[in-house]
Amino acid sequence: MKLVTAVIKPFKLDEVREALSAIGVQGITVTEVKGFGRQKGHTELYRGAEYVVDFLPKVKVEAAIRDEMLEQVIEAVEKSASTGKIGDGKIFVFDLEQVVRIRTGETGADAL
Amino acid sequence: MKRLIALTAMSLALAFGGAAVAQDRKTDAPPAATAATAPAAAATPAAAAAPTPNKGDVAWMLVSTALVLMMSVPALALFYGGMVRSKNMLSMLMQVFVVFSLVTVLWCVYGYSLAFTEGNAFFGGFDRVFLKGTFDATRDQPFSMAATFSKGTPLYELAYVAFQATFAAITCALILGAFAERAKFSAVLLFIVIWFTFSYIPIAHMVWFWQGPDAYTSAKVVDEMNSKAGLLWQWGALDFAGGTVVHINAGVAGLVGAYVMGKRIGYGREPLKPHNLPMTMIGASLLWTGWFGFNAGSALEANGSAALAFMNTYLATACAVLGWMFIEWLSKGKPSMLGAASGAVAGLVAITPAAGNVGIPGAFVIGFAAGVVCFWGVTGLKRMLKVDDTLDVFGVHALGGILGALLTGIFNAPQLGGPSFAVDQFTGKLVSAADYSIAGQLLTQAKAVGLTVLWTAVVAFIAYKIVDVVIGLRVPEEDERIGLDITSHEESAYNA
Repeated sequence: MKLVTAVIKPFKLDEVREALSAIGVQGITVTEVKGFGRQKGHTELYRGAEYVVDFLPKVKVEAAIRDEMLEQVIEAVEKSASTGKIGDGKIFVFDLEQVVRIRTGETGADAL
Repeated sequence: MKRLIALTAMSLALAFGGAAVAQDRKTDAPPAATAATAPAAAATPAAAAAPTPNKGDVAWMLVSTALVLMMSVPALALFYGGMVRSKNMLSMLMQVFVVFSLVTVLWCVYGYSLAFTEGNAFFGGFDRVFLKGTFDATRDQPFSMAATFSKGTPLYELAYVAFQATFAAITCALILGAFAERAKFSAVLLFIVIWFTFSYIPIAHMVWFWQGPDAYTSAKVVDEMNSKAGLLWQWGALDFAGGTVVHINAGVAGLVGAYVMGKRIGYGREPLKPHNLPMTMIGASLLWTGWFGFNAGSALEANGSAALAFMNTYLATACAVLGWMFIEWLSKGKPSMLGAASGAVAGLVAITPAAGNVGIPGAFVIGFAAGVVCFWGVTGLKRMLKVDDTLDVFGVHALGGILGALLTGIFNAPQLGGPSFAVDQFTGKLVSAADYSIAGQLLTQAKAVGLTVLWTAVVAFIAYKIVDVVIGLRVPEEDERIGLDITSHEESAYNA
């Protein structure tokens, strides 16, 4: 099993969710986050006082999936989250050791 | 301990009142308002009734007073509150709210009497302590009268007391923005008591106290009556609604406070961003609305002078919004909402001394100039001053006030569309364009500005030092980091 974490532009969230649903991903977890990458921050000016805002708001999407879906998931996120402009985000992939569905006690791939 | 200190501040205020009562018994000079009507009554046949207030004037002045109250709470509180960080929001609102209330009480105890009764050129007397004699149901005329600017047109003195009370209170509240986010609450209260007594009161007396038009019964008494007025009035300084008394007075006191108190922790290193600019915009808009009471109300009558002041206030503010916006757009790249709101306040401040003293051309120039000059005040000048005047009380109020006071001396001239001023108060004849000396009036205005700046700076400095020794001006560093809402008031503004 794999855990795919994607950091994307906030307004792309709906498209990413739809794309993942379409290929059969059963669930995702979404968090509002801030961070920096190659995309520069911006400055804010209040009566001449200039503040540099380094951290930009992003959305982090996490999906736990079967190994064989990995290529499809990466492709779906890549396509749906892309604008072609700097700041589109990144996809991180981790090996996932165990999953438990709390209600039934199912484990492993059955719990996905 | 903290409560003790606050109580001390309050009892000090009452002690002032007590001392005032004690001294009151020694004086026997009648207050100006009564004196003003007495000679007029003597000059007319006994059968003729004393003039009564015009109901339209009374209605206008009561509405104006309520409008000025709205300028402090909520307008100024929201304007300032939106610009501080969320952890200091309630502290800002609370300071404005309480200072407004405190000064209103002091005004009725001794402030009005010391500012608006006859005394010397700097202070009034004690005849109206606790508003004594303004209303007495046992008299034939229960209500005492105050003068307006027209002969035979009195106003109920209580309406004048209330109107002027809101001026005193908002002036004191204006200062609070300069040392926001770091001052100890009890220190603020004690400072306000001292500064109000020794700076606001004398300057209001110096600029605005005179015997009223009805006292000028013949050409012979002109000099005598003039000599009983406040110092700056005698100089011939023009200040329609408080450029010197309100804005320069408060702005300079704020600057001194910002210096004495020192910079906020993190100033120039961490972002100290406004937490809610929509509130600032609402505050600025309510200020604009309330300012019609402030400026047009300062005509003291519902007449042409009020209409002129109203239009000038409206127009100059709009000009200042555009002036500030364009200069910011050109020099910083983007026009900002905070800039537009600040421009509005700058325009309102600058047109205050000019309101009924200039014509429409004056309003255009003063408005645009205020937007541009005050923008420089909060950027270039502020950097030069190396001071953490949190909400730019100096850059907007003192600078705007000085600009307005000086330009009033220019645009009052009839050759520049101004209404001019009376040669003497007996004939009421206006100085003609041929006789009007713009340079002379400008010099008079500059002298008035200079005296006000000096007076308030010295009084404020001494007051801050006294408070620093007695209570301490600043909250502890840890309290400042946590925020004054929790540490000074044990509540927080936003709990969602």
